[in-house]
Amino acid sequence: MAVPQPAARPSRVEVTASLASAAPLARGEWLDRHARWLFIAPAVVMILIFSIFPLVASLLIAFSRVRLRAGTYSMTFVGFGNFEKQLVGSEQVHFLGQLTAFSPPAWVVVIAVAALLLWWLVGYARTQLTVIGLLGRLVTAAMLMALTLMLAATLLSGGQIGTLGVTLFYVFVGCAVQFLIGLGLALLCSQITRGRAFFRVVFFLPLMITPIGIGYIFRMMADTGKGPFATLWQWAGLGGFSWSADPWAARLIIVVADSWQWIPFIFVVLLAALESVPRDLVEAGEVDGASSWQIFREITWPEIAPVAATVMLIRVIEAFKLVDLPNIMTAGGPGTATESLTLHAFFAWRSLDLGQAAAVSYLLLFVTVVLCVSFFNLVVLRRRAAMAR
Amino acid sequence: MRNRTLAGGLLGGAAIAVALAVATPVRADKPYDGVTINLLTRPGPVIAGRLEERGREFTEMTGAKVEVATVPFADLFQKVLTDWSTGTNSIDVSVLSSGWVVELYDAGLLADLSDFVAKDDKLKVDDIAPYFREFNQKVDGKTVAITVDGDFQMMYYRTDVLGELGMAPPRTWDDYLAIAKAAHGKDMNGDGEPDYGSCMFKKRNAQGYYAIMSLAAQFVQSKGTSQGIFFNTDDMTPMVNNEAWAKAFEIYKATTEFGPPDELNHDIGDTRALVLAGRCAMALDWGDIGPLSIDETSSKIKDKVGAVIMPGTTRVLDWETGKLVDCTAEICPHAIDGVNHAPFAAFGGWTGVINAKADPKVIEATYAFLSYMNQPEQSNIDVTIGWTGYNPYRISQFENVEPWVEAGFSREFAENYLKAIGDSLNSPNMAGDLRIPGTQRYQGIVLDRELARMLAGEVTIEQALQNIHEGWEEITEEFGREEQLKLYRASLGLGAS
Repeated sequence: MAVPQPAARPSRVEVTASLASAAPLARGEWLDRHARWLFIAPAVVMILIFSIFPLVASLLIAFSRVRLRAGTYSMTFVGFGNFEKQLVGSEQVHFLGQLTAFSPPAWVVVIAVAALLLWWLVGYARTQLTVIGLLGRLVTAAMLMALTLMLAATLLSGGQIGTLGVTLFYVFVGCAVQFLIGLGLALLCSQITRGRAFFRVVFFLPLMITPIGIGYIFRMMADTGKGPFATLWQWAGLGGFSWSADPWAARLIIVVADSWQWIPFIFVVLLAALESVPRDLVEAGEVDGASSWQIFREITWPEIAPVAATVMLIRVIEAFKLVDLPNIMTAGGPGTATESLTLHAFFAWRSLDLGQAAAVSYLLLFVTVVLCVSFFNLVVLRRRAAMAR
Repeated sequence: MRNRTLAGGLLGGAAIAVALAVATPVRADKPYDGVTINLLTRPGPVIAGRLEERGREFTEMTGAKVEVATVPFADLFQKVLTDWSTGTNSIDVSVLSSGWVVELYDAGLLADLSDFVAKDDKLKVDDIAPYFREFNQKVDGKTVAITVDGDFQMMYYRTDVLGELGMAPPRTWDDYLAIAKAAHGKDMNGDGEPDYGSCMFKKRNAQGYYAIMSLAAQFVQSKGTSQGIFFNTDDMTPMVNNEAWAKAFEIYKATTEFGPPDELNHDIGDTRALVLAGRCAMALDWGDIGPLSIDETSSKIKDKVGAVIMPGTTRVLDWETGKLVDCTAEICPHAIDGVNHAPFAAFGGWTGVINAKADPKVIEATYAFLSYMNQPEQSNIDVTIGWTGYNPYRISQFENVEPWVEAGFSREFAENYLKAIGDSLNSPNMAGDLRIPGTQRYQGIVLDRELARMLAGEVTIEQALQNIHEGWEEITEEFGREEQLKLYRASLGLGAS
C-alpha cells in the first residue's frame, strides 16, 4: 500500500509560472492579502472627503479673505487677521464682550481661580508628573484662566458679555439645569412600577420635535401681549413686560426652551442607568437602615456616575453648537444678547464674510475641544477608572 | 413569445408618443412653450404671492412655466450670489433689493437687458419715474434690472387720534415725539386696552435698520441727492460718527418708550398687524400701509389714516465739523418752510435681475415675464392692492387717482397717499439708498448689529457710531477704497473725483 507523501514545496520559479498561468487565482490571493485596506478604503475616502477636506479648506479660509465672482472666487491670504479681528480688533466687543476694568469682586474671583489652578497644577506635578499630562493640564488651566479673565472683565465688572460668554451661559447654566431636572425625573420614574413606559414616552416626545418648531412654540408661549398665556401674564402684572427686550430674560427663555428639548435625552439615559443599578445593593443598604439620601449618595450615584459623565459630555458638545433657538426666537437680540458663537459664525457666513465665519468657527472648535477633552480626561475617565476598581 | 412582447411594447410606446405629440403641439402663439423660469425671492404673500399669480397668467399666455421659490429675506442675497458665482445656476431670476444689484453686476453675474428694453414698446419705459428708471434699473449705463416695486419710507398717522388731540401731522421729529407722547396709552381702537404712540419694526436681522437710515437722512443730507448720507464723496470716509447720526440714534431710541413693549423683537409683519388693528397713533413704513388700510377684512383703520413725507429737521449736519447747525437758506436750500426733508428711498424697491449664465431662451422668456410684471396694465393694478407689497413707481400711477379709488381708496386718502409718495419721489433732496458692493454688509450686518446693541443698552450711542465707523472702514478696505469711491460717486450721479 502506497503511503501518500506530502507534496514537495514548489520552488519560487514554479510559483511564478503557476501564477502566470492562473491569473484569477493570483488576483484572489492579492485581494485576500489587501482585504483589510480594501474594506477600510471607502470609509477612509468618505472621511477624507466629508470631514478632513472641509476642515482643511475652512482652515485655509480662516486665514484668507474670500470674494465670490462669476464662476470663480478670489482668496487673499490675511494671516491671523480674521482671528485678530475677533480677539483685539473691531469684532472684539461682539466676540468677547465690552471689556472693562476689573471690579473688586472680579479681582477676588480672578485671584481665587488663579490660586485654585496653581494648586491643582502643583498637586499634579508632585504626584504623577508626565510630559503629556502636564502639557494637557497647562492648556486646560490656560483656557480656564482666559475664560475667567474674560468673564471678570465683562460680567463681573458691569460690562456686556459677547457671543463667547453667551455660549458659555447656554452651556453651563443650560446643561446644569437639564442635568438636575433630568436626573430628578429619572429618579422619580425609577421609583414607580406602573406606568413607567408611558412616562418614558411622554418625557421623550420633546426630543423628537424639530428645534425650529420648539423655537416658534416658545416664542409664541412667552409672548406676554398676544401669546396663549397673555391673560396669565397680565394677571401676574407682567403684561407690559417683554422678555425679548431684556437681555437676561431673553437668554433665560432660550435656556428654558433648550432644556425642554434636551431634558428628555438626559432623563432616558439616566433612567436606563438607574434601572441597571444592582437591586441587591440597594436592598442591602435598606436592610442596614440607610436613609434614601445615603442610598443615593453611596450606592446609586457611584453606579450611575460614569453614564452621567458621558451623557453630560455629549450634551455639552451639543450645547456649544446651539443655533436654531436663538435664531428663531430672538434673531440674536436684543442687541447681541442671545447670539451664540454658532449664530455669530452663521451671520458672518450669511453676509459672505467667509473668512470671519471660519475664524469664529475655529475659535469655537478650540474652546469646545479643550473644555470637552479636559472634562473627558479629568472626569469621565476617572469615573470609569473608579468603577473598574 | 418574448420577442412578440418586446415588439408589442415598442409599438405601444411609439403609439403613445405619437398620440402625445398630436395632443400637445408646439403652438405658435405660445412662444416659450417648454421653458421653465426658476425665480427666487422673499416669502409671500408679500412680493412672492403676486409673482406666482402673474406667473400663472404668463404661463397661460406664453407657455413659459414660472416656478417661484422663496427664502427668508436675510438669506436672499447670499443664496443668489452663491448660486450664480459658483456656477450652480439653479436660479434664473431673482426679485430682490435694488441696493444689491451693483454688487451682482460688479461680479459679472447679471444679464444685460438694454437691448430687450429698447425693443419693448409695452414696457412704456418713459412712464417709469426717473429715479427708478435711471438709478434702480441701470448700472454703468446698462439696464440690468427691471423694477417691480418703488420704495420710499413715509410717516403714517391716525387722522382721528391726532384730531382728538388737536395736533397736526408731524413736520419734524420733535413733533413726532411730542405726538407719540400725547397719544401713548390712549385706547385707539375701542377695545379698552391702552395703545401705542409710535410703532416701528426694530427687530435685528430683519428690515428694521432702514428706519434709522430714513431718520438719519433728514439730519445728514441738506444739499440735494448728490450729497449722499453714508460716505464722504472725496475719500469714502464714513459720515456716520457725527452729531447727525447721533441725533437720529437718540430719537430712534426715544420712540421705543412710546411703542409696544416687545418692539425690539417686531418684524415688519408684527408692526403692520398692530397698525391695522388700530393700535398705533403713528407708524413709519413703506407705501404698503396705504393699500392695506382699505382692506376691511383685516383693517380697523379704513379712512382713519393719513400719510406725509418723512418728518424733517431744522438742524442739519455741517459736513466740515460734524456738528449740527441751524438751517438757513444757504445750508438747507431745499427746506420746506424752514424744515429740511430728505425722503429716503429705503431699499429702492423690489427689482428683478436675470442670471447672465441662464440659457438665452430662458433669459428672453424671463425678461418677457419681468416686463409683463412692470407694464402699466399689470403694475397699475398691483400697486393698489395692499398684500402684494408693491408700491407705485410709474408716473401714471401717481397722476391717475382713478385706479386707487376703484380699488377702494376714498378719493381724499388716495390723493393724500399719492402726494406723500410724490413729495418724496420729486424732492430734489431725496436720499438714495446705498448701491455699492458690500451694501448688505455695511447695512445688514454692521449697522443693524450696532443699532440693535444700542437699543438693548449694550453700548452707548457714541460707542455704536464708533463701531459702525470702524466696521464700514474695514469693509471699504476689503472691497478696495478707490473702486468703492468710484461706484459710490456714480450711485449719487457724480463723476470721478
